Formats: sequence, structure tokens, C-alpha cells
Amino acid sequence: MLEMLQYDFLVRALVVGLLVSLCAALLGVSLVLKRYSMIGDGLSHVGFGALAIASAMNLAPLYVSFPVVMIAAFILLKISSNGKIKGDAAIALLSSSALAIGAAVISQTSGTTDINSYMFGSIMAISNDDLILSVICSVIVIVLFVLFYNKIFAVTFDESFSKATGVRAGLYNTVIALLTALTVVVGMRIMGALLISSLIIFPALTSMRVFRSFKSVTVCSAVVSAVCYIIGMEITYNLDLPAGASVVLANLGMFLLFSAAGLITKRVRK
Amino acid sequence: MSEEYLIECKNLTAGYEGQAVVKDLSFTVSQGDYLCIVGENGSGKSTLMKTLLGLKSPQSGEIVFGGGLKQTEIGYLPQQTAAQKDFPATVREVVLSGCLGRRGFHPFYTKADKTLCDSNIELLGIKHIAHKSYRDLSGGQQQRVLLARALCATKKLLLLDEPVSGLDPMVTAEMYEIIARLNREQGVTVIMISHDLQGALRYGSRILHLESGAYYFGTTDEYRSTDIFHAMSTCDCHCDCDHHVKRADNTDKGGTDNA
Repeated sequence: MLEMLQYDFLVRALVVGLLVSLCAALLGVSLVLKRYSMIGDGLSHVGFGALAIASAMNLAPLYVSFPVVMIAAFILLKISSNGKIKGDAAIALLSSSALAIGAAVISQTSGTTDINSYMFGSIMAISNDDLILSVICSVIVIVLFVLFYNKIFAVTFDESFSKATGVRAGLYNTVIALLTALTVVVGMRIMGALLISSLIIFPALTSMRVFRSFKSVTVCSAVVSAVCYIIGMEITYNLDLPAGASVVLANLGMFLLFSAAGLITKRVRK
Repeated sequence: MSEEYLIECKNLTAGYEGQAVVKDLSFTVSQGDYLCIVGENGSGKSTLMKTLLGLKSPQSGEIVFGGGLKQTEIGYLPQQTAAQKDFPATVREVVLSGCLGRRGFHPFYTKADKTLCDSNIELLGIKHIAHKSYRDLSGGQQQRVLLARALCATKKLLLLDEPVSGLDPMVTAEMYEIIARLNREQGVTVIMISHDLQGALRYGSRILHLESGAYYFGTTDEYRSTDIFHAMSTCDCHCDCDHHVKRADNTDKGGTDNA
């Protein structure tokens, strides 16, 4: 661990990754419970397309992907909340199209090695500028989440009740979607487009195996996510695996562990 | 108008995408009423409810709130959604969230909110399960929790959407008693949408019977002597037999009671 901190790029990856893990875990609880997990997945694919186009045109990747992914978040939210269109199918269409556009653009410009790093992540991807921008974004996500925590709970638990009693559910849904977009864009470089959504989904599901209140699930998700990120980084550093893959594997291990613990506590309660 | 109504619904037409489900409906709700809205599936009960709650805007006509009632002060007991069945949240977290509507942009709960929440938990007899997880409760307990949450949002008016559907007879009776007690002792006005005609007749002081394109509104006693009631109570099959179809024609529109 200490040895890792000698390398600047690893320190950057660690700081950004930890912040992103926290943000993703916090938002993930709400997204998973609202059955919106696929939004995170869709957004990451759109982000991949945006990244590819940005690097082909020699533009700063984050500045291009932020607006594109935010617009996509808006569209995905509209699709998901509109019962008439088949939401999951529409998301699948959008994400595979974005993925195809990205892959096509990359193959024409920089070649297939970049596809690998975009898809599965790289700890070398974070520059100093990215670091600053990522820290700012993560802080925004965390502060807004804490301020809106109670409303996010209410809207997640029961949207129609919230609306009826004057909570502006549409506004908070949009806030959640935009914050997710921010998180996905920031985290995609390290985790890779294919794996960033697991950072959103895994910690929430893991915590729900064991914990039974919204607050404890939220807190546990944040902790689990951070711990898994550090474990993932250790694996990456020592075994030279792609960063995204190691973090997801750490999350998978934690999920299995919590599932077992959940089963045991259930037995004990009975 | 000699008396101020909590809700006065005037010539309301509402529905989906230009299709009116509820047509030219007028009724009033006064302080202390226990109004049951009955009618078959598709007769416009849910449309009317969403319009009352402001989740939908009327196509024509209007709903006037009086007696200091704001639209957002309606304590709403929705039907449960599938997502709630495995939702990790304690009873107290759920009940507290009823206080949020009044908070505006204020991010956190105040002491007053927590006191209100605890007193409603006590009122509904769920103190012993306040720290349990919502998903581990029985159907009847979950309804009590949602009722406590609704009471956090209002002191004046509860709007209950089929509060006893899916509950067994014992728990149904308990639920009705709780609602009747809130109506009697706490002076909470109740609007209940129900499929259970017997319960509606037994506990409701007024009935609004919706039919496609027509309706009856009046006191429960008057309702018992109408054709629409006789048709409904002799044929309880929820079908589209002659009985049900014909009834729309001889509906006593409007009702006589305005006292």
C-alpha cells in the first residue's frame, strides 16, 4: 500500500477512485431500489462514445463527456419514467448504439489498444487537471447527496406519495440522474465503460444482504465501496490486472461474503 | 354557499389524453366527513384520486380547496408498489418521510417533525415495531405504517386508496376500526376509495358511486334506497353482465344532499 503511494499516477488514481466509489455507492442505493440500475449502465456506454469522439477530435475528454452524458441522463430518465415505451429495451438500444459509435471512431483513429483501456479502465488515465476536476465533481455529488438525503429517501420509497404531499419528485429524480452522470464520467477512466456501472450496483446490493434500514444500507454501501476499491487497487498493483476488473472482483467477493452473512443472520433470527 | 367545504369539486372532467374518464362530476367534502368512493374498475376512481391530489390536472371544471386546506396537505395512503416489498427502511424512517412535504428546501428534519412522527407511531400502535424493517412486516402492519406517515403530512384530510385490499378479514376489520377512530376522535376527514361495498356502507357517512359517464353522490342512507345500489348489491360479480351495463342509464345523477 505505502509502496503504491510513491507513484504520482497511482496516488491520483487512488484519490479519484475512492471519491468516485463513494459517490457511486451513495447514488447506487437509490438507483437500485428505484429499479433504475440500467441507467448507470446506459450512461457509461454513452460516456464511452463521447470519450472516443473527444480523443479523435483532440478535445479534453472530460469537457466533452460531461455535457453529452448529462443529456443522456436526462433522456434515459424520461424513458424510464414514461411507462409507455419499453424502458429497458430503449436503454439497451441507446447504449449499444453509443458503444458502436465509440468503437467505430476509435478503430479509425487511435487503434484498438485504446479501446481496451476505455472499456476496462486504466489507472494511468488520470492527469493532474482531471484530478482537480474529479475532486470538485465528487465533492459536489457528496454534498448534494447529504443535503437531499431525506428527500431522496422519500422519492425512492414512494414517488406518488412524495408528489402528492408537495415534494418535487421530478426535480429530485433529475438531481439523482445528473449526479449519476457526473459520477459515471469521472469514474469511467479508471474503471472502464463496461465496469463503472458495477460500482453503482454492487455496494448497494451487498449492503442490502445484511442491513435493514435505509441509513445503514447507505452508510455500509459507502464503506464497502471504498474498501473494495482499495483492495482492487492492491490487486491491480501486485498482479498487474486491469483496474476496473480488480475492483469489480473485489466487489463480487464482498457481495458473496455479505450474502453468506445475510443467510446466517436470517437463520439466527428464526 | 352557507358553509365552507374542505373540497368542492365543480363540474370536473378528467381523464387520459383527451379521453374523459370522469365527466362533469360535482361533489363536496365537509370537515368530518367519511366519504367512500365506490365503483367498478375503469369507472374513474383512480383518475379522480390523482386529480384530487394534483398529480393530474383536470380537463375542465375545478377543484376548490377550502377551510384552510392546501392540496399538498392531503394525507395520501397509496397502494403499495412492488419495489416497496423488499425496501430496506425502518418504520420510523418511513413515517418521518411524511413530514417532508412541508419542509420545502429545508434539508433536515426538525425536532417538531420527530415529535409528530413519534406521536403518530404511538397513535397507530406500532411503537413496538418502530425500529423494525418495513420489509419484514405483515401487510396489515405495513398499512399502519403508511397511515402513520400520511398523518404526518396532514391533520385534516386522509385520502385512502383501497386501504384493505389484500388484507385478511381480521386485519381488514382492524384497519376499518383504526380509520373510523381517526375520523371520530381526531376529527380527520376521510376519503376512501374502495372495492369493498360492505365496508363502505358500514363506515362511510357519504357515498360517491362512479359509473362510466355518470355518478351518484349522497349520504349512505340515501344511497341504500337507490337503484344503483340495489343493482350493485344483488350482483357482486364484478362482471360486465346486463345488470352492470344497464345501471349506467338509470343513475340518479347529482344526489340531493347538500346540507
